[in-house]
Amino acid sequence: MRPFTYERATSAEAAVKSAAQHPNAKYLAGGTNLLDLMKLEIEQPSHLIDIGRLPLAGIEETSDGGLHIGASATNSAVASDPRVRARYPVLTHAIVAGGSPQLRNKATVAGNLLQRTRCAYFYDTTKPCNKRAPGSGCGALEGLNRNSAIFGASHACIATHASDMAVALVALDARVEVLTPSGQARAFPLMELHRLPTETPEQDTHLVPGELITGVTIPPPPKGGQVYRKVRDRASFSGALAAVAVAGDRLALGAVAHKPWRAAEAEAALAAGASPAEAIAKELEAASDNGRNGYKINLLSRLVPAAIDEARNGRPA
Amino acid sequence: MKTTITVNGEARALDLDPRTTLLDALREHLQLTGSKKGCDHGQCGACTVLVNGVRINSCLSLAVMHDGDEVTTIEGVGLPGQLHPLQQAFLTEDAFQCGYCTPGQICSALGMLAEVAAGEPSQETVDLAGKIALTDDELRERMSGNICRCSAYPQIVAAIKSYAKELA
Repeated sequence: MRPFTYERATSAEAAVKSAAQHPNAKYLAGGTNLLDLMKLEIEQPSHLIDIGRLPLAGIEETSDGGLHIGASATNSAVASDPRVRARYPVLTHAIVAGGSPQLRNKATVAGNLLQRTRCAYFYDTTKPCNKRAPGSGCGALEGLNRNSAIFGASHACIATHASDMAVALVALDARVEVLTPSGQARAFPLMELHRLPTETPEQDTHLVPGELITGVTIPPPPKGGQVYRKVRDRASFSGALAAVAVAGDRLALGAVAHKPWRAAEAEAALAAGASPAEAIAKELEAASDNGRNGYKINLLSRLVPAAIDEARNGRPA
Repeated sequence: MKTTITVNGEARALDLDPRTTLLDALREHLQLTGSKKGCDHGQCGACTVLVNGVRINSCLSLAVMHDGDEVTTIEGVGLPGQLHPLQQAFLTEDAFQCGYCTPGQICSALGMLAEVAAGEPSQETVDLAGKIALTDDELRERMSGNICRCSAYPQIVAAIKSYAKELA
């Protein structure tokens, strides 16, 4: 690990102020992804601003019947919250499908959203990767791309976003709250947090450098069932090959793109009366096969209708 | 950087390079070598300790993040001659071969049982509103962050079950 200086922030305002003064700073909360990447020297911050003890871990009712979840609430705390379990079961099921209990006890909501890709070329510092080393090329494009994106990739990057939680939050129409470097609060749909790789895959999100996520707001639960289904190589503690979150009429897909993928085409088709199989087929018209990831297209064409059916009719006996 | 961590009930003052992980602080600075460094990337669980009663991977945490925290390692769970009942259950059920993962397995199981008692769901939990029954599937899922390369899993499940039964 490269040397760095460490400070414990006394307030969110002090944290963004410090970040503005330290151009190569990173916020540290749970650290489960950041410290792992620092050990590999993929992340090399010169300054860490520990926000783990700021009062940003609360989960509270909003006036419209939704929930506000503080940025540093742990994954375990969110998944276990009685209101989340009762009203947003898709969020609980998505969170407990990710990582291990030890990781979920430490990892936070904002850290989960901002975790880096698990693309093998991003992790292997002997290989080209435009996300890790801009301009070096993309090893996955014509290499081991079994877990790469089928939607929205560019010739510079076909990495996927690794979060389970974010897929459920996108299906729930969550909004993100941030504090800007000048100390202003702003909020926007979670769907607009992550970006597609385009020519600059080193940027995972649309956040301005130094912006701090302070919380996530979920609107009242939509009408209809909620389901999270995840397919992976092992039964537990493994990233998704493909995942789907259903929340009423809304659909989001995981492990298929550089961002949690809201299946807008499929939603529109369902609204127009298409069957679940027809609806996902419509979405998959835009999917691309890079050689080893094409199985995801077949997988989703079965997984998504099964999840929609479960959301509508309950768990098969 | 000055940091004070209460380890197994005793306040320990440390002066550390901020890069020092909690695991390295325990092993290299406090000579508590029960917690093991397996993968050092949060994948194997051999470094699992309890921080304020909650199980975490001590390899993926900086010691300086834990100023003022209470850490319990395997040395604080039980000692030779005064074994914790879960340690005794691991012996009785033959729940290890090489023993390298065992301190992490035991700390993890103690944290896990507290999570079950608190009603925290896992991916095996179908009814999110109900009380959690510690079935074999629940237990295995909840211990999936601890790898045993000798593959003593059936005996580990038996040891944890026998201790949980004692508790009930």
